[in-house]
Amino acid sequence: MDRVYLDYAATSPMDPRTVERMLPFFTQQFGNPSSLHYFGQQADSAVDLARNAILRLFKSLDHDLVFTSGGTESDNLALKGVTTPINQSRIKRILISPIEHPAVDKTAKRLEQDGTVQIDLLRVDNYGLILHNDLQNKLTGTTLASVVWANNEIGTINDIGKIAQICHKSGALLHTDAVQAAAHLNINLNETDVDMLSIGAHKFSGPKGVGCLVFRKTINLDSQIVGGGQESGKRGGTHNVPLIVGMQAALEMAYKDRESINLHLTNLRDQIIAEILKNIPGSSLTGHPVYRLPNHASFVFEGVKGQELVIALDMAGFSVSSGSACKVGNPSPSQVLLALGIPENLAMGALRVTVGRNTKEDEVRSFLDVLPNIVNNLRNG
Amino acid sequence: MTGKKVVVAMSGGVDSSVTAALMVQQGFDVTGIMLKLWTGDCESNDNACCTPEAIQQARQVAGILGIPFYVVDVKNRFKKIVVDKFIEMSEQGLTPNPCFYCNQHIRWGVLLDKTLQLGADYLVTGHYAIIEEDQEHIFHLKKGIDPKKDQSYVLSGLDQEKLQRTIFPLGNYKKEGVRVIAEEYGFTVAQKPDSQDLCFVGSNGYRSFLSQYSTSPLMKGNIRNLSGSIVGEHSGLVNYTIGQRKGIGSGFQSPVYVIDKDIKNNEIIIGSKEMLKFSSLTAGPFNWISGSKPSFQVEYDVKIRYKSNPKKVNLLEDKDGLIRIIFNDPVRDATPGQVAVLYIQDEVIGGGLIHEVFREK
Repeated sequence: MDRVYLDYAATSPMDPRTVERMLPFFTQQFGNPSSLHYFGQQADSAVDLARNAILRLFKSLDHDLVFTSGGTESDNLALKGVTTPINQSRIKRILISPIEHPAVDKTAKRLEQDGTVQIDLLRVDNYGLILHNDLQNKLTGTTLASVVWANNEIGTINDIGKIAQICHKSGALLHTDAVQAAAHLNINLNETDVDMLSIGAHKFSGPKGVGCLVFRKTINLDSQIVGGGQESGKRGGTHNVPLIVGMQAALEMAYKDRESINLHLTNLRDQIIAEILKNIPGSSLTGHPVYRLPNHASFVFEGVKGQELVIALDMAGFSVSSGSACKVGNPSPSQVLLALGIPENLAMGALRVTVGRNTKEDEVRSFLDVLPNIVNNLRNG
Repeated sequence: MTGKKVVVAMSGGVDSSVTAALMVQQGFDVTGIMLKLWTGDCESNDNACCTPEAIQQARQVAGILGIPFYVVDVKNRFKKIVVDKFIEMSEQGLTPNPCFYCNQHIRWGVLLDKTLQLGADYLVTGHYAIIEEDQEHIFHLKKGIDPKKDQSYVLSGLDQEKLQRTIFPLGNYKKEGVRVIAEEYGFTVAQKPDSQDLCFVGSNGYRSFLSQYSTSPLMKGNIRNLSGSIVGEHSGLVNYTIGQRKGIGSGFQSPVYVIDKDIKNNEIIIGSKEMLKFSSLTAGPFNWISGSKPSFQVEYDVKIRYKSNPKKVNLLEDKDGLIRIIFNDPVRDATPGQVAVLYIQDEVIGGGLIHEVFREK
């Protein structure tokens, strides 16, 4: 069976050219960047080049970055790194939105549990946009706000530039989880002046297991992995040089082809949204109709369980996702959808379709052709 | 059949793992599904299905075979249809067989429905039983060839509609052979012991389970002998099964057994081993595998428990749609609530709930 991958928000395939650029760092330039000798210097210079290349792409003037194992570690480092009890400018209050990725949500809740911080929740509208007034009212000078740039389940893009301004007016810091956003938006820290930003490479066709936390140099960030003093003491552990080079290569490629790819993605996305809403009764779009990721279409269907829909589609050869999907069979409604005010039974019927640069028009066509029947079958079952 | 879509019910055990492997080998388009059943407090019980370990084991097998695998949550329906019925029947003094109901209503109910809904043609399980289709397109259910593993008894609730959508690849295998195949595939579950107890009951056994979940509290009551004298006190009817010898006190001159349960008066009747001889029973309603009632003019074999040996019987119509099953030689382990499964040689003719058992006159 020919399989069609429509789950790019989960992860994306690597471009062979990116793999090519990584390969020498496994076998030839294999040195440890911390070593003094030639081999070490070769590797160290690759890490350094990657760091500078990424910061340049992000147009950052007063930021640095820490290489991590991915978006989750970056989020952990951001929240924990500024709240550690030994931190002299320690932050004691975190504001998060109700639509944060668990990497932020659970980290913040853990910090509250062990008494490190107090958490307050921001409010979102029915599309998942942060209410700016609410944010303003809840800010104080000693606060870290963490707001997702673009949500993974509903694709809604927050106006992070504006949110950063609001935070800074109160003297607060802003961290944003840009894991989804980095795959599709040209991050420009000159315009969007966040204090910390997390990305993970595999969402933009880079390798899995690598990401980084970009942070303003004035921030006192405490290492969460302590060891040999790598990353200026902010993250111990030998650099994974091939993955770091792969992240750089993938990001460069994404920036280079951004406009043409986004046009392609938007066309496919709009076709998916328009046809599903038209052809499947009891379907509605989740997330913002305009401020949404160019590759992201998400829905809820009345009378269908999202998990069953994903299984049925997979059996028909289409790999998609549901907000409530759970590998061990305990589906519960997505907290994100509930936060938008979607009722629980409807939230169980979530479907997420995310396309990518390799998605072809006829693949989307065949998906749209089978979906109505599959939904119908499940409803009648 | 090659290329047809099938769903294999996977439990993480060796039988269902090899079942999936055989289906892949035969060229079917295989999807594995594990049902997440209600397991009460015994999620950590190694012997039970649907523990995180079992899910991981099944997922690993699916990975080796390169087939998709999903876990489908049927906890609530399983609880209602199988567990609650088990508790209710036990409270009525019956000895239920939950696997029979699970197969009838969960595996060949919820899961078969899902299988067809998901666009597959067959449900495949690792039961040791054989399905044969004859020229008139009637599907016959037969014993698996491994006498130690034959599971046709617990499948006697299936009907034509279910059987024609079912494949049992292990019916012609012996357990040892299945383990060899599992080894060949490198399944880590190859030597996993067979599951023994009811999957939802946990390691402390069904009595402890019932005392935890029963809605009506255990009521102590009298133990009487056959002459009507009170000879002791019992700890609650659900703790006793007909034929049981343990737990009824000591001090009797000769060994005594539970020979009857008087539900109305909450009493247990005990007697000697000879009193445990039952000459007939009534059972019903019957599920006839072929869809129609067979002739009563021939001799049948009956199994009155999953693990009991077949007994020669004759059949008579009884009142209220029940069937009277008369044993050629009296038996001792007939228990209301279990299923009486009728066979002609290796073929299952039908199964029905044991209603009442009768002692030799």
